[in-house]
This record gives sequence, C-alpha cells and structure tokens, in this order.
Amino acid sequence: MREITYQQAATEAIQEEFRRDPHTVYMATDGQADLQSEFGEDRVRVTPISENCFAGAAIGLAGSGFRTIANIRMATFGFVAMDQMMNHAAKITYMFGGQAKFPVLYRMTVGAGISAAAEHSVSPYSMYMNVPGLKIILPATPYDAKGLLKTALRENNPVVSFEHILLGGIKGEVPEEEYFVPFGQASIRRQGSDVTVVALAKMVYDAMAAADDMEQEGCSVEVIDPRTLVPFDAETVRDSVKKTGRLVVVDEACQTCGAAAEIIALVTADDATFAMLKAAPARVCGLDVPVPFSPPLEKYAVPDKARIIEGIRGVMSKAPAGR
Amino acid sequence: MVPDRQTLIELYTTMQTIRRFEERVAAEFFAGAIVGFVHSYIGQEAIATGVCQHLSKKDRIVSHHRGHGHCIAKGADLKKMMAEIFGKKTGYCKGKGGSMHIADFSIGMLGADGIVGAGLPIATGAAMAAQLERKGNVAAVFFGDGACQEGEFHEALNLAAIWKLPLLFVCENNHWAVNAPASYSLAAGNITRMPEAYHIPSKAIHGNDVEAVYRAAGEAVEMLRRGEGPCFLECETYRLHKHFLSDALEDVRPHEERKAWAEKDPVTSFETKLLRQDVLTHADIERINEEIMERVEEAHKFAIDSPYPEPQDALEDVYSK
Repeated sequence: MREITYQQAATEAIQEEFRRDPHTVYMATDGQADLQSEFGEDRVRVTPISENCFAGAAIGLAGSGFRTIANIRMATFGFVAMDQMMNHAAKITYMFGGQAKFPVLYRMTVGAGISAAAEHSVSPYSMYMNVPGLKIILPATPYDAKGLLKTALRENNPVVSFEHILLGGIKGEVPEEEYFVPFGQASIRRQGSDVTVVALAKMVYDAMAAADDMEQEGCSVEVIDPRTLVPFDAETVRDSVKKTGRLVVVDEACQTCGAAAEIIALVTADDATFAMLKAAPARVCGLDVPVPFSPPLEKYAVPDKARIIEGIRGVMSKAPAGR
Repeated sequence: MVPDRQTLIELYTTMQTIRRFEERVAAEFFAGAIVGFVHSYIGQEAIATGVCQHLSKKDRIVSHHRGHGHCIAKGADLKKMMAEIFGKKTGYCKGKGGSMHIADFSIGMLGADGIVGAGLPIATGAAMAAQLERKGNVAAVFFGDGACQEGEFHEALNLAAIWKLPLLFVCENNHWAVNAPASYSLAAGNITRMPEAYHIPSKAIHGNDVEAVYRAAGEAVEMLRRGEGPCFLECETYRLHKHFLSDALEDVRPHEERKAWAEKDPVTSFETKLLRQDVLTHADIERINEEIMERVEEAHKFAIDSPYPEPQDALEDVYSK
C-alpha cells in the first residue's frame, strides 16, 4: 500500500469531502495553497488573526447550511477562541432544542517536543471533554487522520480534532480507495496479556516502543489507542483490562483532571472490570507544569519511553490483591 | 426611502406587538410565573421593527440577550416564544433555552446569545453564507453599546470589512451596560468612529424613531444586497426597564434621564404621530391593539396549558443525529 504523511492524509480527507459537497468552507490564518487553488478563495479563506471571530463565523455558516473547517492551528490559540467554541458551538444544538445542526470542524495541533515553550505547547483535550456538545478526535496515524477527518466532515455536530505537532510529517499506509474511521472505536495497536496501556496521540508510539522493550523482559503489553475521546470506547479498554488485570494510561497532557483520570474512572467504576484488577491503575502523564522551553526541561516535563516503562513496571510489581 | 401607509401600519403593529408581549412577560415575571433572567426590550422596539421590515425569511439575523423584539420583528410565533419563556416543552427550544436563547431557524432567526458581543462573529458567518449563496440575501446582527467594548466586536468589524460581507451591524446604544454608562466605558466617544476606522459606512440615528430606523436600514440593506460590503447603524435608544427584570437589581441611572427618555417612548410617540397625520384613527388603534392583546393572551394560554418537559428530556439534543 502507498505511504503518505499524516498531513497529506488530512488534506486528502478535506479535498475528497470538499469535492463532494460544495457547501463547505475552510478558514485558517495561513493559506493552504493546494486547497485554495482547487476550491477558490471564496471557500478557502485566509483569516485575520481573529481566532474567536472565525471560530464563531464557522458556527454562523453551519447554522446557515454550510459545513465549515476552522483551522485554529495551535491549541494554545484555541484558548483565544474559547468563547465561541465552549459557550456557543458546544451548546447551541442543545440550547436551541435541536432545531438546527452545526457541522463545524475545529482543527488544532497539540503537544510538546519542538522547544516551542509554554504558549505554543499544550494538550488541553480534557478541558474540552468537560463541555458536553463537542466530539473530540485524536488521530495518531496517517490512516486515522484521513479516516477520522472524513467521518468528522460527515458529522452534523461540532468536532474538535487534536493533531499532535510531531505527527504531521510521519508516514504511514493510507489506502487509495475511500474509507472512514468511525468515532468511538478504539484501535488495539498491539495485543498483550499482562498489562493494558492506553496511550493518547503521539504517546501511542512511545508506548509501542516501551512494549517492545518490555517484551524482552517477558512482559506482554497490550497497547490501545482510543482514537476518539468523545465518544470514548470504554468497552474495548474494559475488555482488555478484564484480560490483563492491569492498566497504565499514558498522556502527555498535565496529569491533574486529565483524560487519563477519566479513562481510569471509566474502568474502575465498572464493577465487572474492577473485580478483575490485580493492581491499582497508574497514570503516566505530563508534569503539572507549563511546558518549558529548554530541551532538558521540556524532555523532563513530558513522558517518554523510559517513564512509560517505569509505569508499567510499577503496576507489574504489585502483587495481586488477595481476593 | 419613505414608508407608505401600509408599511406605517405594519411598523406600528409590530412595535405594539413587541410592547404588549413584553408587558405581559414582565407582569408574569413579577407575579412569579417566569423564572430566570428576562431582559426586557421595552423602549427599544423601533430598532428591531425598522430593521426587520426590510428583511425576508431568507435574510438571517443574530440577536442578543435582550432578544424578544428581534424574534417578533422577524416573524416568530408568539405562542412558541411564550412557551419557551415559561420553560415548556412546546417552546421554540423545548424549554432548554428560555428567554435569553430563543431561535427560529426556519425564519432566519439564528438565535439569541447570552454572552455580550458573541453574536457578532456568528453573524459574520451568516453573512458569509449569504455571500456564498449569491442570491442577494443579507445578514443583520443586533448588539448594544456594551458589546462595542468586547474584542469580538472589533474582530467582526474587521472581518466583515476585509471580506465585504453583506452584514448590517445594528448597534442599539441604550447608553448603559448594566449599570456602567457608555460615556465612561467607551473611549472612542461616538460609537460610529469605530466602524469608520474599519472603513465601514455608518450612520447614527434616533433609534426611538421607527421611521428614521426604517429609512436608514432600507438604504443600508439595499447597499448590502448590491454587494457593496457591510454597513453600520448606531441607533440611540434607552431601555425603560432595568438591565433585567428584578426587584433586587439596583438601577443607578439618573431619574431625570429616565424621565426624559420615557417621554421619548418609541411606541406612544409613533402612535401619536400616526393619529395626528390621519394614518390611523382612534378606532383603528383600538382594533389593532385588541387583535394584539388577543394574540398575546392566546400565547400566554398556550404556554400555561403546555406541559413541562419530562426531567429526562435534559438528556436529549446534546448532539444532532
């Protein structure tokens, strides 16, 4: 199968859907030449640096029968557009009693790793998870970037796509023929029997590398990539934990009130899964600090393979509870 | 653009409908039958009326927290409005929005927002839609002097200007943002200096004079339909109630100022004028008012007779299918 980059895969999804539906609009502060040349300046607009305004314009377009992509670029800029995304996009379907549909796709990059310092490095998905009305996707591979964005562009609800800054250039297999990746369906990236590792975004790759190393030690690691956070495929995670009895959730976002905490709660609050636990679940998350600039500081603040291995060893070292 | 006799009567009827509806809502609120925040449009009726007279269902408007007048002027159903304000299942939003969030997408009323200034970016999107549709449709956004203090206001002016969006900015300058006077909060002084800075044609008019609003809005909407880009109207007005209906809320506005504006009541002054000019007789006025009162009464009865939503309906409509 052909290999293309994550970014190319994402663009293909947009191109296919824009060709199919002329009532589509793309807005971003930087022009994307390939989209603009194909679909024209009317539909592919370079916006002023007014994130809140074009995040809101996307809502007005959606309420007027158009489907809109607002590319906010970095998730830290998304904070500037919080009024429109949180107060309006997330709520208006509900607040207006479901009388209109709001197909809006907000794209943002997340993550640390390029020495961009605190105001250009953040993974704030749990903040969005706490606001009902948004669907949240977290594609980790080129295949999923295309398939999830295709699904997002057929959705009749606001979708937020968080795309890790370090993944844009990675290559992967992407079919030529059309396909969709459904929301709420996790992917088991690696089968294992001793411990379940749920990893988010770029952490999927670090978790896979950690699993390889653990294999050498005779520890069989199952790695799950949830792919979408809202809706979240709790079933797949619970089934895995029922099998392994151990859970580690890996997320580079800050630990406090993060997605990892919610994922653990979804597992432990389920009696049938709780009964099968052999050790308390563990989180391997970003430190509760703003992401620092200097490489040794930044590297220290974000989980890596070594820290994931440490986390796995931690849950493996605990003896099964005597029950 | 001078309104003909029929238009004058329609303007009067719409304004008086808003007035009577709002009076009934206030009475029900103070009787304890309505809960939550209710921001009365009483005193500002001429603005929604004069603007919406030029709009069809295909033109879209975005409103704000003081939004009942815009809904009525755009042609919303009084029964479904009242039911929504009463929190009933038969309301526009099935009781999920209330007074501050009435919308009717079927008539191009894209909803009222409770966050000051937030309707402006949304309206730029509605205007983009009109621009992309290329059918000469337009969008209008209503907001107050308070919204002019928000960044979203400036972002929306800028965006509308650079993209020449068919968007009519309608500033309802009622001079007070809750209890802070615009004279204190707005460094620019004249509000029209702000759209002018963005090269958006603007006009300041007496917002309690429905004919003045009608004329200015008519000219502006014609420019929008010709694709000449956005226009801005500053309509000077005054709310005759407090920021929201409340016994407890303080009203720091000077007594003399309130009295002076009460004398410039847009509905009664227009009525007097129509009588003086023999457009309407006392009998006509009585008949029109009776019809309006009947509709308001009917709306109230509908709201009262309608069921509340089931508690578990709270789980519906978070997402569209």
